This record gives sequence, structure tokens and C-alpha cells, in this order.
Amino acid sequence: MAGTWGRFNVVALVLGFAFLYLPIVLLIIFSFNESRLVTVWAGFSTRWYGEMLNNRGLLDAAWVTARVAFLSATVATVLGTMAAVALTRYVRFRGRLLFSGMVFAPLVMPEVITGLSLLLLFVAIGFDRGFATVTLAHITFSMCFVAVVVQSRLISFDESLEEAAMDLGATPAKAFFQVTLPVIMPAVIAGWMLAFTLSLDDLVIASFTSGPGATTLPMKIYSQVRLGVTPEINAVCTILIGIVAIGVIITSLVNKRREVLRRREEATP
Amino acid sequence: MKLLRRLFPAIGSRLVIAVPYLWLLCLFLIPFVIVFKISLSQVTIAMPPYMPVFGLEDGVSGFLEKLRGLSLENYVWLFGDPLYINAYLSSLYIAAVSTLLTLLVGYPLAYGMARAPANLRPLLLMMVILPFWTSFLIRVYAWIGILKPEGLLNQFLFFLGVIDEPLIILNTTRAVYIGIVYSYLPFMVLPLYATLEKMDYSLIEAAEDLGCTRLSAFWKITFPLSLPGIVAGCMLVFIPAVGEFVIPDLLGGPRTLMIGKTLWSEFFSNRDWPVASAVAIVLLMILVLPIVYFQRTQARAREQA
Repeated sequence: MAGTWGRFNVVALVLGFAFLYLPIVLLIIFSFNESRLVTVWAGFSTRWYGEMLNNRGLLDAAWVTARVAFLSATVATVLGTMAAVALTRYVRFRGRLLFSGMVFAPLVMPEVITGLSLLLLFVAIGFDRGFATVTLAHITFSMCFVAVVVQSRLISFDESLEEAAMDLGATPAKAFFQVTLPVIMPAVIAGWMLAFTLSLDDLVIASFTSGPGATTLPMKIYSQVRLGVTPEINAVCTILIGIVAIGVIITSLVNKRREVLRRREEATP
Repeated sequence: MKLLRRLFPAIGSRLVIAVPYLWLLCLFLIPFVIVFKISLSQVTIAMPPYMPVFGLEDGVSGFLEKLRGLSLENYVWLFGDPLYINAYLSSLYIAAVSTLLTLLVGYPLAYGMARAPANLRPLLLMMVILPFWTSFLIRVYAWIGILKPEGLLNQFLFFLGVIDEPLIILNTTRAVYIGIVYSYLPFMVLPLYATLEKMDYSLIEAAEDLGCTRLSAFWKITFPLSLPGIVAGCMLVFIPAVGEFVIPDLLGGPRTLMIGKTLWSEFFSNRDWPVASAVAIVLLMILVLPIVYFQRTQARAREQA
């Protein structure tokens, strides 16, 4: 199958990945630009990183975002894992169709609708908008992403392992925590990471549900982008990309290590 | 103690279902009911900026009195004003064109990945997912510097001598297409890759042995077999793209009309919450069919797995 198709595949891959990565690479390069003009290169400099660190508003927003993301990702991972277990283990229960609908719909629901509806809920029950409302909103949509990630792992999990544990006297809860959870852990961690970055990224839902004193980093970036492109924003973006890339690389290395250890354990009788 | 143990599994399994269920009921489903109610209200200068506001102290007669205050006025207004209708139509059009373009860009990429040596595939997969982890806002922002009249793309084309005057792309619909294709590409590639990777490629060899050309073997075998992936990918791009706000706002300029932008400005600039709610309800009505279809195909795929 080499020949034209082989060459076609290589070209498709190179072009596709160039399209995906070139804009990000350019953004990172121009964060080290000396000039205030983002698109004209005037020499290497880290001055925008220094200016960014002196920008009080930006740092406050980053701190709010980090706390919201950590809290919402953690709660969303617990709720999302529960939802995934409920959907894979219990084939029949009252309202299952509605439940699976509510788990999948937020994945494709336009953010403006989710944001508006959550805001109107908070207003209707008289909940003051701020840190708590943004966190609740983020838990709600990211738990669905966690559920999908964990569910795809649970489907391929061999249920007889859990049954064996219960035959040996473990309670279902114990069987879950000692047998199932360790096996699906990579998916749970991936779900947490996904929830964390979704929260870190979100502009639309946060704009609707946030209140005074709870401006998140994307909201801050957005308000500055509307005024024009500046190298300072490039610097902030580069740091965010760096954090996410390091996180992804670490988790994939950890997962790989676990996989190797597991294989080794399986190999030794 | 024994009783507790016997009871616990039942309680445990109930809790596993009940906790996420109640959460989604309260924070996902009930809010839509509230949006619907407010879409029937009138705008007023107060906090909250709509009336009537229902309260527990109203009593039955007060409740009925206020119920009469609700009307379909906002919907009449919505359908009477060509601005809104055009915004809906143009959103659907832009989303459809972008979905098609995403498919055209994503298919060769997914195909190339699926046919790559097996030991390379996990790396390639990770490379497609990685941009998805980086901020959506940042990725859209990156394109501003590239597409500006004095931006990097025009500089590059000048350098090559292809153009004499800058291409105007930023603040046009073309920039919105580029933005959507770029941002949603992983959503298209992942389901496509999943179906293409599972495919039995000896079928193609058989077809070629029987005299099919490569292209006709592709159309007769690969393409039909990858249809589930195509459908899933298109749904994952099309549905959120219809209500997209960030991309048309940052790349499309003031002249690009999309309903997500309209809703945003009704809410934040005009502070007309009832009209914004009506816009959201109509958008939901438009999208409910594709969403239900998407869920059914997903559920079926899961049951087969």
C-alpha cells in the first residue's frame, strides 16, 4: 500500500498538523517580541512577561480562575464518575432516558444557552452572583465531559473482576473502590484534567454567571482582546499553554508507567 | 450491622444514580423552564429586569393574576423583525458551510492517521487532542494576528509576491469559517479516526484485486463504512457552531450576523432579558432535533460496543 496513497497520507498529516499548530507556535513566538506591534518582529525580549507579572488585575483574575477550575474539576469528577457508573451498570431505572439525555446534551449545547439559563436560575432563587455561581455552573457542564470519558473506559472494563471480589466477600462499595476504581483511574484522571481545562478556558458561561469580584482570566483576556492584540496577552496565553502542555505530558507519562507496571504484574505469575 | 450491610448496596446504588441525576435536574433542566417563563415576561427597569416576578407570598389569586401578565409578545416581536430571522438563517448557513469545510479538512487528516504505522498512532492521536486542551479563546485570538490586513498571512504572501494588496479576511465571514474549522477540527477528526481505524482494509485490497480503481474503491467501500464517524463528527461541529459567540465576535467583525452574538448583545448591551430568553428558546427549538438525533446515534453506538 505504499506509493501514491502512502504519499497522500503523509502530505495530509503534515498539512493537517501544520494547520493545527502553526497559529499556536506563532502566538508563542510573538510573545517574546520586543515591539509592541504583535506582527512585526523587533528582537527577542521577555519584557512582556515582566509587565504581565506587574498587572494586578490579571494576577487576581488568574487566582480566581485557578480556584474555580480546581474546585469545579474535583466535584465534576466525582459527579461525572457517578453518572458514568450509573449509565453503564444500571441498564434499567426510572427516568434513565432523561438522565442519559441530560448527560449528553451539555456536550453540544451552545454555551450562550447554558450560560443564560444558569444565570436566570441563580437570579430566580436569589443566589448572589460570584465565585460560587461560576463554580456551580462549571461543575454542571464539565461533569458531563467527565462522564463520557469515564464511561468509555467502564464499557471495556471486565465486570467479572468486580463480581469475583464480591463473591470473595467484598461489599459492592469495597469492590468498586478496590477493584474497579484503580483500573479506570487513568480515565478518571483524564476526566479531571479535561474538566480543569474546560473551566480554565470558559469565557461565555463565566461571563453570564459571574459577578463583581469574580472576574476570571478568560473574561479579563477577552476584555483586553477587544481593545486590540497586545504582546502582554500573548505572554499570558503562552504561560497558560505551557501549564496545560506540562499537565498533559505528565499525566500521559504517569499513565504509561502504570500501564507498564500493570503489564509487568500480569506477566509475573 | 447485618441489616446495614444488606441495605447499603441498595442505598449505594440509589445514591450513584440519584446524586448526579438531581444535580442535572436542578442545574440543567429546571433552568430551561425558567428561561421559558422569562421569555414570556416583559422587560422592566428593576433587578431582576423583568416582570412579573413570582413569589411564595403571592398566594393562589396573586399567582393567577401574575400568570395573566405572561404573553407571547416577545416571540411575535422576534418573528416580526427581519434582524432576528436573518441572524438565525445566517447562523445555520455559516454553521453548515463550516461543518462541510471541517469535514473536508478533517477527513484526509483522520485517514492519514488511521493508515499510519500502528506504533505512531497514539502519538498522532495525542497531537490532535493537545490543541483541544489549550484555550479556545487563545486559539481564536491567535488568528487575529495572522488574518489582519497587516498580519502574518499577508506579510507572507507579499514576501512570496503572490499578492499586490492585502487580502481582507479579518472581520468577514471568511474569517469565521477559518475560526470554526480550526477550533472544531479535533471534534471532527476524533470520531472519523475511530471509525476509520476499525475498518478492515483487506476489503479495499479485495476491491482493487477485482479491478476497482483506488478512487472508486474509496467511494464504494471506505466512504460508506466511515459514515457513522462522519455523522457524529458533523453533529459535534454543527450544533455548537450554530450558537457560537466567541468566533464571530472576535473574527467576524460587526457585520457578521450570528444568533449567539445577537443573544449576547440583547443580554449584556440592551439588558433585555426577556428577549434574550426568547432568542435562546427559539434557538433551542431549532437545535433540539439534531441534538436528539445525535444522542440516539451515540447511545446506539455505545450499546453496540
